[in-house]
Amino acid sequence: MSGQISEFKLVTGALATLALAVSALVLMPYYLLHGVRPPQGLKPYTEQQLRGRAVYVKDGCVYCHSQQPRDPGQAPDNTRGWGRPSVAADYAYDKPHLLGTMRTGPDLFNIAARQPSEDWNLGHLYQPRAYTPGSIMPAFPFLFTEVRGPTAAGEKAVNVPPSYAKPGVTVLPTQQAKDLVAYLLSLDHTYPVLQAQAAQP
Amino acid sequence: MLLLASFVLSLGGLFVFIASMTRGLFGTPEEGSRVIFAPDEEDTSEEPAASPADQARLQAEMRGLAAGGPSVEMSAADLAARIKADQSSAGPVLLCLSFAVLWLVLGSLAGLTSSLKLHLPDWLDGQAWLTFGRIRPSHLNAVIYGWSSLAGVGVALWLIPRLLKTELIGGRYAIAGAVLWNVGVAGGIAAILSGHSSGLEWLEFPFPAACLLTVGGALMGVPLILTMKHRQVKHLYVSVWYLGAALLWFPLLYAVANAPGVHFGVEQATMNWWYGHNVLGLWFTPLGLAAAYYFIPKVLGTPIYSYNLSLLGFWTLAFFYSQVGGHHLIGGPVPTWLITLSIVQSLMMIVPVFAVAVNQHMTVVGHFRALRYSPTLRFIVLGAMMYTLASLQGSIEALRSVNTITHFTHFTVAHAHLGLYGFFAMVMFGSIYFVMPRVLEREWPHAALISLHFWLVVGGFAIYFIGLSIGGWLQGLAMLDAKQPFMASVAVTLPYLQARSLGGALMTLGHLAFGAHFFLMIFSLKQREAGATRFGFLSMSRNDVSQVRL
Repeated sequence: MSGQISEFKLVTGALATLALAVSALVLMPYYLLHGVRPPQGLKPYTEQQLRGRAVYVKDGCVYCHSQQPRDPGQAPDNTRGWGRPSVAADYAYDKPHLLGTMRTGPDLFNIAARQPSEDWNLGHLYQPRAYTPGSIMPAFPFLFTEVRGPTAAGEKAVNVPPSYAKPGVTVLPTQQAKDLVAYLLSLDHTYPVLQAQAAQP
Repeated sequence: MLLLASFVLSLGGLFVFIASMTRGLFGTPEEGSRVIFAPDEEDTSEEPAASPADQARLQAEMRGLAAGGPSVEMSAADLAARIKADQSSAGPVLLCLSFAVLWLVLGSLAGLTSSLKLHLPDWLDGQAWLTFGRIRPSHLNAVIYGWSSLAGVGVALWLIPRLLKTELIGGRYAIAGAVLWNVGVAGGIAAILSGHSSGLEWLEFPFPAACLLTVGGALMGVPLILTMKHRQVKHLYVSVWYLGAALLWFPLLYAVANAPGVHFGVEQATMNWWYGHNVLGLWFTPLGLAAAYYFIPKVLGTPIYSYNLSLLGFWTLAFFYSQVGGHHLIGGPVPTWLITLSIVQSLMMIVPVFAVAVNQHMTVVGHFRALRYSPTLRFIVLGAMMYTLASLQGSIEALRSVNTITHFTHFTVAHAHLGLYGFFAMVMFGSIYFVMPRVLEREWPHAALISLHFWLVVGGFAIYFIGLSIGGWLQGLAMLDAKQPFMASVAVTLPYLQARSLGGALMTLGHLAFGAHFFLMIFSLKQREAGATRFGFLSMSRNDVSQVRL
């Protein structure tokens, strides 16, 4: 074999296979999904919800929680209260995507419909085992401040069940905790979508 | 119908592709497989990590010492050229491997911490940077970009002059690249810990760190291009194909994945897993296979079983592996054809995996005793077997029926470790044991530490993998059973998560032993004279050899 024929084959072959894969798995989805409009029932995130979403991202909730209920034909996700199978349009405002690949904890795509209480969500973040016995979710005490003595009027304390409460200590959510809960309470995708959209494109 | 169409399409495409790419390439298979040997070097085993006595036993195992070792030996001129080639890459190789080992130790500690946190959720919860959701991605990025990538590049840089039979040219580009890369990894992990992750799995590094990795990665590939121009071999050995493609693929993959402002919603998810699987298939796998294809025949002193098969394996890997990423989104809100395509290609992966498995097994078969004498072989042959297992498991896991159970569970985590640890890390351990005595011209100081490392990581990994696979499977079954509450799927995993921590602790101990040994070797003041280890069998007189008790 003479000269640089091997090098030429190596480079063109490697680029060709990669180009094929980029076309199939990146470019095609890009063009097919680019025009997808958000469903009527889906509202854009508010500023606070976006801040909360950033907390969700930086504290890595995605490593244990998915946001993509599966079809009832495949898994009983809907029966568990996780909602109808999601469609591409449901994610129109999501950047970065948070579909997730683990269900060490439950799917959260409709957590707002399942647990709409702000108190529950704040308390659960402060100490998950106080609300769900046997939970292996980390507690997030750093999203809260513990105050001894009286608190300022109008500040809403976190409702900590007696077995986890420290005597004389009031637990107050930080702004980050409130933002995160605001984001979680925006996760309600129970509005109807055309199932045709599920199969599209 | 869709399934059949994409199956036929991919098969047809493959044949056209292979026919066009390999014409003339299969011409001289015999010659090709012998490129790794100097003239008259074949039949001489090379294993710098073994003691002189074990080297002699290895040689005897391969060719029968009664005959007094190999009948012919490589010439002094060839040996001198070999030593010069080895020395030419020593600096950049040492830099890459030292940082790789450092990241391995840090990454293992982060991994062990994450593992413990899954069954001790209130442990170390006071500080944001120590929360599971930050430590876990720190572990992943430290072992992927810190340990695995730098180890792979370090070994690649060492292999290049050997495979092209000339000195490494442009080593300073690799040094500059490795420095940028390390700054990128350190900065990226600091960003994750301080709450600046981008939020995409495998792509958590924020944009500035990602730029450093892209540029650093590209720079680390420059010496291959420069050295290629001066190559003294007519034929490019199969390892060069793997290395060349990998070093070309990575910067492109990483740049596309990090393109700012392009990716959105579900498209970003498909891109995410296109990248997530390609970084395995087009970066780590070719780096690992390149090393295995060199070291197994080199240690044994015998060419690989079928050279044609190895090239077929290369092209089928490039073609199929690059399209499997969609199987991470089975059941998700993505176009059906994309999932189908990825499932089909995942199954087609059996072709390249089979090519590698047959080839490497047939090369080693009949010489399994050699594993007793060669630490390099022990790690690499085990790693090659894990490659077969991990790949076949991956193909099966991509089937919709199996995926329905394993998706979203710890089973996937166990599978990922079978590939990246069982295969890739093991091959790298073996390669580093071979390479370092050549880089430093010094023996490994304590053979016992090599054994300790081996048994700790093999034992630890067995516990890790078996435990987590069972736990993940049970978790998946519990989650599919609508009659069981979700918490049942958590409770069932607990003993297996604890087993994983035990296995992970043993693996970490093994890495500490390996890291201590590695740096002891570097900082050891004893400069050995060109002993048996320095250039294997050759530098031992026939007399020495016959005195070794077999």
